[in-house]
This record gives sequence, structure tokens and C-alpha cells, in this order.
Amino acid sequence: MKLGLTRELPGTWIVARREIRDQLRDWRILAPIIILTLFFPLLMNITASAAVNFVEEYGATIIGDRLIPFLLMVVGFFPISISLVIALESFAGERERLSLEPLLATPLTDTQLYFGKIFASLIAPIGAAYLGIIVYLVGLLWRLGWTPTPQLLAQVLVLTAAQALLMVTAAVVISTQTTSVRGANLLASFVIIPASQLIIIESLIMFWGRYNVLWWIVAALLLVSVVLGRMGLHLFNREELLGREFDKVDLKWGAERFWEGFRGQARSPLTWYRETIAQTLPGMRGPLIIMTLATAAAYIIGFQSASTFTLPEQLFDQERIASVLTNELSNFGFLSANGWAWIIFNNLRALAIASVLGAFSLGIVAMLLLMAPVGIVGYLAGNFALAGVDTFRLVTALVLPHGLLEIPAAIIAGAAILQLGLAALSLPKGSSLGASWLVALGKWARLMLALVIPLLVVAAALEVFVTPRVAVALLAGS
Amino acid sequence: MSGDALAAIILPYMPAPIETHNLTKQFGDLVAVDDVSLRVEGGEILALLGPNGAGKTTTIRMLASILRPTQGWARVAGFDTAVDAAEVRHRIGLLTEHHGLYTRMKSQEYLAFFGAIYGLDPLHTAQRADELLDRFGLSDVTNQRLGQYSKGMRQKLAMARALLHDPEVLLLDEPTSSMDPESARMVRESILGLRSGNRAIVVCTHNLHEAEVLADRIAIIRQGSIVAQGTVSQLVQDYLGSPIMELKVAGRLDGAVGLLPQGIHIRERGDDWIRFQTPDPEQVNPQIIESMAAAGVRIITLSEVKRSLEEVYLSVMEREAGE
Repeated sequence: MKLGLTRELPGTWIVARREIRDQLRDWRILAPIIILTLFFPLLMNITASAAVNFVEEYGATIIGDRLIPFLLMVVGFFPISISLVIALESFAGERERLSLEPLLATPLTDTQLYFGKIFASLIAPIGAAYLGIIVYLVGLLWRLGWTPTPQLLAQVLVLTAAQALLMVTAAVVISTQTTSVRGANLLASFVIIPASQLIIIESLIMFWGRYNVLWWIVAALLLVSVVLGRMGLHLFNREELLGREFDKVDLKWGAERFWEGFRGQARSPLTWYRETIAQTLPGMRGPLIIMTLATAAAYIIGFQSASTFTLPEQLFDQERIASVLTNELSNFGFLSANGWAWIIFNNLRALAIASVLGAFSLGIVAMLLLMAPVGIVGYLAGNFALAGVDTFRLVTALVLPHGLLEIPAAIIAGAAILQLGLAALSLPKGSSLGASWLVALGKWARLMLALVIPLLVVAAALEVFVTPRVAVALLAGS
Repeated sequence: MSGDALAAIILPYMPAPIETHNLTKQFGDLVAVDDVSLRVEGGEILALLGPNGAGKTTTIRMLASILRPTQGWARVAGFDTAVDAAEVRHRIGLLTEHHGLYTRMKSQEYLAFFGAIYGLDPLHTAQRADELLDRFGLSDVTNQRLGQYSKGMRQKLAMARALLHDPEVLLLDEPTSSMDPESARMVRESILGLRSGNRAIVVCTHNLHEAEVLADRIAIIRQGSIVAQGTVSQLVQDYLGSPIMELKVAGRLDGAVGLLPQGIHIRERGDDWIRFQTPDPEQVNPQIIESMAAAGVRIITLSEVKRSLEEVYLSVMEREAGE
């Protein structure tokens, strides 16, 4: 029996090869590729030389040292941005040109069709990007005598390919879910915004000089690409591709799907609450475990980071802390209803942001946002430990009273958002992406209303009225 | 028992290249195809005749394993379209309603692409492509990009694509819809030439003339349901009733009408002609000739009035609309 890959590869290549030939005959694709491959790297070259010469005059050679690798990454990124256009057009364009049906009626498997389109969207832009990088490097060698280290070159080449893969896998999913190229282009912001954020993060890392972090980014990009590829294939449905005549907004249908997830089988508020505790919550065992582990990891990472980024010891002067706790609590809004309302508002705002970002990032951004406060607590605890303060007593005094409710609330919220973000990956048979997502949104709303918000409200009360008193008792010695 | 009679008994129990049973397709609240049961034997051409939106294309797409039936089943070339979709797709040639060509390609390259998908040897594909392009009169334009082709030329190339791998089952959705009369005739002749012992062909059309010329049997589909099915003569008999005969005489008919046998139904008459309906013309016509001759009435013609598929179609549609 042939391996899956061996079986699928010939058909995949047949699809990809035709598409690539087609691209090479389309001046709308060729022209930007040529410009970005040849002229743009030359421009970057001139920019790099001028910038290096300028900063060297002021002795800031480090800026030049960091700028050249950064521009190397930028030179690679620009041509691969075309892969997004090609991928968005892949299925939606064929559908619009009415050439999809003959293709769907052939013996090509879903995998061959789907990955054929992915390869076709990747090959020409990545080739152009690598050519652009070569042009840039040759220019640098000639003008400045600069050559990258093999590690940096490998990083940029792999990073360029990983970025293209991520954009293409995401764009092909969009292309299968829309009926027109226009619709796909409108949804492209779901790819463009995260990709631009990613470039900003990578730029910061490159200027920071922590090139090893780039490997982690490559790993994360590949992981997300695999998830998106799997999701896209799971969603790929010949019938949906042909059967969907136009994109329409059906609010009634949407409300029904949402209600299906929100209400479940419940017939009264009491059974609804019982069902939430007895069925919905246990049904999220996986996301709950992931969030719990992520929270613990955040604390440990924060704690460990204290030894690298240590705060000045005088900040942890016990007498000063005792004085603050005893005299200035009310100045920070503690022990007041206003403080309580402020904390509730703050937590709900954080939850809303995490939910919105998590829903469109497979839950990853939400997980990171909810891990951050725990990481900060770990970091402070680590610094206290380095200053010789009893960390257990500190955490018991400052976090534990309200944390007993707030941390479970954050874990449940994170798990609900994770489930919402991953809804597209585990579609029930016969369900569409929209239907599955709306049902998951209903479940998310159910968990928020039944558990997370009540827990946060009570936790905020404890944080304002109880935690400060425990802290004073334990830390200020009163 | 004669061979034909035996075949009539046995055939329904033998697997046919195309069989459907209670085939139904629903899109949300819309029932696009409702309870369709069909059987197309090898060597037979079935025309699926119906107005736009009747469910012809949806039926074809289910037979091509592109759409899954909501209820019922379809077997094509011996394979269930829902279970063995890949096997079905290997054995069918589908001409889609819209040709959907890749406009930057040339004809040979386009057919080579589909040949590769079907796993054909490149050399064999090239030979077969030459043969098909020649058959459809496209040999002279092999250097042109498909985007430069006229609508009819595109349709003919799409037809060549459907035939490239010599499929057991041909599903043709509006095969001559965008062709000039000459090209349409060429394609029709080509379709008739494709009839072979094992190959079953379904032609979707709303062109009554095309259906009449091409099909061995016709299934009229309306609002997703098959409302009439049979050969043209069966349909005429079933929906338009007994044959209509026209008698034309020399001079005025007047008194001769009384010479006509009892039981015939007079439908129309003029000064020297009359049209009547009889279930048994073989019995009735000789009687009329004899009695007219005996009465000295000179008969010019006595012949059956040809009734078209169009009349059947309109009759079926009116009847269905009435219900």
C-alpha cells in the first residue's frame, strides 16, 4: 500500500503546475514579482548603505548592524505578500470563472485539490523572495563587503517560507468559504492584520538582536500553518463550494444557531444552570487542562525571568511595603465600592479584548493575554524571593483571597475562548463553519454569563475588601 | 419466449450504468430534486428535459458525485455516487453547463492537463486530443489561447474534455446551448456517434428538438420531480391520447362524414378534410377507405398527423401546473 503522501503528491503537483504556469502568463502577477524581486532589493541596498554610512559617522554602528539583517527580512517579505493575493483567488476565482465544476468532477482527491492550490500559491512568490534576497546580498557584498552568518541566512530563508505558508494556508481557507474574489479580499484583513503584527514583532526582535527567538517564531508559524491546513482540508467541501450561490446575512438563522449553543437542552433557567455545570463544563476538559497548564507555565516563566531581569532590591523593602499597605490603600481605590466597580470593569474589558482576539487567532492570543497577569505575579514573586522575602506568605497575602475565584474564572474564560477559536477545527459532520462558530459563540456566552462573570464580580469584591486586610495582617504585621 | 420479451423481464434486475432510486436533494427549505428514480441502460441516451430551475443540473451533479443526495441513492457505472465518489468520477465524462476553460491555455495543453488528472499516458493523451480536436473542427485553432475562442468553440473543447478518457457514462448538461446551428448539429451527430454497447448518456436540455433528435428515452422534469418518462411515441400516446388521422378527399366532404365508423372522435374538420382520433387505426382506416370508395368519395390522403414532443411537453406542463 502506498504511503498517503506518495499517493497524493502526483495529483497535487498536476494542480499546482497548471496554476503556476497560469501565474507566469499573467502580467498582473508577473509585474509586481519582477519589481519586488529586482528593483526593491536594489533600493533596499542603497538604503542600507546610506543608513550604515550615516550612523557610522555618529559612532552608532550597532544601528547599521541591526538594520542590514532587518532589511534582509523585509526584502524577503515583500514578494511573498503576493502569495496572499494568489491564495485568496485560488478557489473563489475558479468558482467565479466557472472552471471549478469540471475540476470537482475529476478523480482528484480533496487533498490533491486543496494542497495543489496551496503549493501553487507558494512556489512562485517564495522563488521570487529568494531571488530578491540573493540580489540584496550580492549588492551588500559589493557595496559594503557584508555577508550574513549561515545561521542568519537560514533563519531568514526559513522565516520567509514560514510566513508565506501561514498567509497562504489562512487565505486558502478564506477562499473556500467565500463565493467571490471580492468577498475573499474583504476577509483578507483577517490575514493582513496578524501578518503585519507579526512583522512588527519580528522587527523588534531583529533590532533587539535576539536572533534565536526567530526559531521559536518559525516553529509557531509552522504549527499554526499545519493547524490552518488541517482546518482548511476539514472544511473543504465540494458541495459547499458549488452549492453556495451568494454570501448572505441571515440574522434569524444566526440567532437560532447562537441560541442552540447558549440554551442547550435546558427548559428553565435552573436546568440551564445545572446543564452548564454538569455538561458544558465537563465537555471542555481539553481546553481547561490546556489553560491550567498555560497558567502554571506563565507563573513559572515569570518567576524564572526574575533572575534575568531583576528589579532593584529597595523596591522590596518590607517597611515601605507595610507603610503603603497600612496608610495608602484607600488612595489606590481599595476598600471602596468605586474600587470594586473599577476592578470589575477592568477585568471585563480584558475579557472582552481576549475574546475578540482569541476568536480570530485560534484562541492563542486570548491564552497569552490571560497568561500575562499570572506571569507578572510570578515575576514579582521571583523578585521578592531574590530579595529574601517569603514568597509563599506574599502570594497568600496579595493574591490568594481573590485569586481563589479569579484564577478559576480566568481558566474557564480562557478555555471557553480557546474552544470558540478552535470551533472551525472540529466541525460536526454536515455543519458549516458559520453554524459551528455561532454554536460555539453561544456556549462561550453561556459560560461567561453562568460562571465567569459571577466569579469575577465576587473575586473583585474580595480583592477590594478582603485581600487588602489579609495583606495588612500578614505583611504589615498588624 | 422471444429474446426481446426475455430481455424486458431480465433487464430491470440487471445493473445498469446509471440507476437512481428516490434520489432527493434539498438545499435548506428548497427541494431541488424530489424522489427521482431513473435507469439508463448501456447504449441508451436519456434526455432530461425541463425548464430552467427544474433540477436537471442538480441531478447531473449528484450523478457526477459532486453533490451528495439528501435521500435515496444513485449508482453510476456500478458504484454508489455517495460512497465511491472517486470511482464514479473516474468513469464519467461531465460536460458542465458552463464550459469553464482556463483561458490562458491552448487546447492541447488543456486536454493534457485533464489527461494527467485521469492518469492517461501523455502520448496517448496527445493522440486522443488530436483525434477529438479534429472531430470537433478545432484542429486549426490549436495555436490560439482558449480566451480567443468563440463560445461555440469553447463548448466543443469542453465536450472534447468530457470525452478525453473515453468514459463509460457521459453526462452532458446543455451540450449545444451556446452553439450556432451548424456546430450544434455537428455536436449532436457526435453524441449520436458516441452511443455504444456499454456507454450510457444523459443529456440535460430544454431544447425539445435536441431531445427528440438525440434521445432514446425522455424524462420530463418539473420542480425537481420526473413527471413523465418514456420514448417519444410512448409519451405521445400517454399524454396526447390515441393517434390522430387526417382524411382528405376530392371535392366536398359533407355527406361522407356519415360514412365514418362509430366510435371515432372527430376533432376538427374543413370543407374537404377531417381529423379524427381513434385508438385502433389499423382496424378503422381500411373500413373508412372501403366505405368511402363504395360511396364514390375519392380519397386523396389518409394519414396520421405527426405530433411533436413540444405538444407532449406543453401538455405535461399544463397538466402539472393544473394540479
